[in-house]
Amino acid sequence: MQEISTKVMIIGGGPAGYVAAIRAGQHGLSTVLVDEGRLGGTCLNVGCIPSKAIIHVAEAFHQARAHQGASPFGLKTGETQLDFATTRDWKDAIVGKLNGGVAFLLRKNKVTVLEGRAEILDGKTCTVTGAAGPTRVRAEHLVIATGSQPMELAALPFGGRVLSSTGLLALDRVPESLAVVGAGYIGLELGTAFAKLGAKVSVIEATDTILPAWDRELTQPVARRLEALGVTTVLGARAQGLRDDAVLLAARKDGEPLAVAAETVLVAVGREPRTEGFGLERLDLDRDGNFIRIDARCATSMRNVWAIGDITGEPMLAHRAMAQGELVADVIAGKRRIFDHNAIPAICFTDPEIVAVGLAPDEARSSGIAVKVGTFPFAANGRALTQADDHGFVRLTARSDDHVVVGIQAVGAHVSELSSAFSLAIEMSARAEDVAATIHAHPTRSEAFQEAALGVLGHAVHI
Amino acid sequence: MTAHVIKLPDVGEGVAQAEIVEWHVAAGDRVEEDQILTAVMTDKATVEIPSPVAGTVLARGGEIGAILAVGAMLVTIDTENGVGAGAPAEMPSQAEPPAPSASSSPISRAPQRDTTVAPAAPPDEMREGRPLASPSVRARARELGIDLRRLRGSGPAGRITHDDLTATTNQPPQALRRRSAKEEIKLTGLRRVIAGKMAESTRRIAHFSYVEEVDVTALEELRTYLNDRRADGKPKLTILPFIVRALVRALEDFPEMNALYDDDNDVVTRHAAVDAGIAVQTPAGLMVPVLRHAEEHGLWTCAGEIRRLAEAARNGTATREELSGSTITITSLGDLGGIVTTPVINRPEVAILGVNRIAVRPVWQGEHFVPRKMMNLSSSFDHRVIDGHNAALFIRRIKELLETPAAMYVE
Repeated sequence: MQEISTKVMIIGGGPAGYVAAIRAGQHGLSTVLVDEGRLGGTCLNVGCIPSKAIIHVAEAFHQARAHQGASPFGLKTGETQLDFATTRDWKDAIVGKLNGGVAFLLRKNKVTVLEGRAEILDGKTCTVTGAAGPTRVRAEHLVIATGSQPMELAALPFGGRVLSSTGLLALDRVPESLAVVGAGYIGLELGTAFAKLGAKVSVIEATDTILPAWDRELTQPVARRLEALGVTTVLGARAQGLRDDAVLLAARKDGEPLAVAAETVLVAVGREPRTEGFGLERLDLDRDGNFIRIDARCATSMRNVWAIGDITGEPMLAHRAMAQGELVADVIAGKRRIFDHNAIPAICFTDPEIVAVGLAPDEARSSGIAVKVGTFPFAANGRALTQADDHGFVRLTARSDDHVVVGIQAVGAHVSELSSAFSLAIEMSARAEDVAATIHAHPTRSEAFQEAALGVLGHAVHI
Repeated sequence: MTAHVIKLPDVGEGVAQAEIVEWHVAAGDRVEEDQILTAVMTDKATVEIPSPVAGTVLARGGEIGAILAVGAMLVTIDTENGVGAGAPAEMPSQAEPPAPSASSSPISRAPQRDTTVAPAAPPDEMREGRPLASPSVRARARELGIDLRRLRGSGPAGRITHDDLTATTNQPPQALRRRSAKEEIKLTGLRRVIAGKMAESTRRIAHFSYVEEVDVTALEELRTYLNDRRADGKPKLTILPFIVRALVRALEDFPEMNALYDDDNDVVTRHAAVDAGIAVQTPAGLMVPVLRHAEEHGLWTCAGEIRRLAEAARNGTATREELSGSTITITSLGDLGGIVTTPVINRPEVAILGVNRIAVRPVWQGEHFVPRKMMNLSSSFDHRVIDGHNAALFIRRIKELLETPAAMYVE
């Protein structure tokens, strides 16, 4: 068996693992990265990137059709058709380009990439079984970055027409009807996209609200848009099974049965850490539930064994994973670092988009912070009006005594791109005065951010 | 019923507290004006407290041995029909003096609109919550090992800037930092008494000190032997009971050393009884409990009594009698010991015997050095009444006794 000795071994080539590998390489540490699939992990191959591609196509198709005969500014289009197989190829090409990009960056930073399945033998040793035969890797530091996978429902096991997000993104045609189980961000992003692509979409959600992670003020515009798109949303209902005639059976809370058309079913009820099948149990690491417990340096309970990314718990977000990846490589290289960020932004690419950084007003209040809240609607924003989509608002929450910003949220078209400004303000410990005194370019949606800050101070200009 | 509260008066200059040493009345007793109620001891002075009113004792402020703060309730008396004085009733006050109020200072969070001045938080006070600082400032602080919660930010709302960090790192380390604080500490209680006595002793007495070395190898062998075989319940022997014994025996030949000199009246009183003061360090300061009639004590009872007195002095239960009336004093710093000390005489005594640390030192014996356990005796004498020659003879006698332990116990 071939043997490799290295300073750092990373299991998992997703946003956590590949960023850790690149940074470790930049520090001059010998690094081995193991992944059994394509580089980039869930995010790049079957998550963030392909879903954004599909959402973009769906929006373009939807806009083209929506303007047929009803364009507010007089757009006339002919018959609009979508060759979804081409869509898929285009999406796959993007993914392939990014796969290549990650591979290039790893090469550039002298990271050894082993394609195959890792098996942990102890805290310093793994075997990697791949096409090239088994390799034994000994490392001073082991970084576990195996990520997460979609959760399955007992009543609707994956297979056949019951798909996870991965399966749905791989379709080469748009189904007639799609039943989405779970109204979290994955279910609604894809449900919205497929509704725009022409599928009859029904959403079944067990709780009483869509997007339970966000407050109602933020989710209301999304609920209205779903309705406008003809998506049926059933709250407080549990999926019970799929009939052979493409009907999804469910039961409402009061027991009343429900049947919705479902040529295809998307089960998007959450993600769980990937902890099995690679010898993790041999390390007997402390856990938080099923996640691996880490400290602020991403250290596990075993010396020189580190964990980053989704396997370390919520929020399971690629940008958090990347930040952990950088951090853990710095720590291994001897830097004094901890994960001490003020906030991790979260974005929901529904229609309209939602972005949230820091605390919502109610979260701040319930943690004992007296706050002032400023809200500015896009209906009063010139740029939003010229984009023919003035739904939503920006909301800024600041401490009432010193006006330090503790949270910023927005809902509206294209607001995901405002997340950098929001995050920067909170990381820099900005006060509402700082945001208010920063000149924001006109005409942009970002002006609503400045106006929300002015609102906290009691002197918004344009409302 | 009119309750009249008698508080512990300010019984001596700067005295903050006193110990109740005697009770002459009990609850329910009838007392007359000016009748003695109790005696309290401050450090070494005992003061009797008369009743300012007539009436019936309702309550006592503590039992014998209790230590009360000045101003605390000492006795409550029911003055009935207003006999004595019509003093207004007062509720008993707490025995504890009021705690000094902690200096509270506002931290962060003060509304700071339209100003760039940071809220004034003392630099070494921990702020609550996360410190306000940009990611690069936080990262730099971590590399520098600086806890941002201890910093005062100069930015808006107390935000810590790179300049604040730089200012902190440019400061010399704590140990090299210039200091300018002053702290005034009022001398009170025992410390004040000690100060007065020491000043008086050195002002009046013409001290001279005399140091001699003693070979205690044999004595230490004896001590170890006795300690190893001591009966249950017997105290472990220190060197002090042997020193006491040697002192007692030496004083048989040098009675002028066991004397009190009344220098106001030019009278020296020699004492047959050896009431040996034993200097003891207590949390409050130096105290000298007295080993009465040291000449009567055998080795073990002497050791037990020294131990008892030292403990009583340390935990504040020594009585007035136990703390006064010595005729000569022994002072020892135990293991600290030192090589030489210049003890201050416990006036009006005329001599004090200081015991230094035992150490193994090379001693020239005939043709070679041998390791011996050596100990110095550093003693001071009142040169007004003791001549150097006599002092040297006296110490030589003690040295002989300590070097030949059997001689101490042979009649």
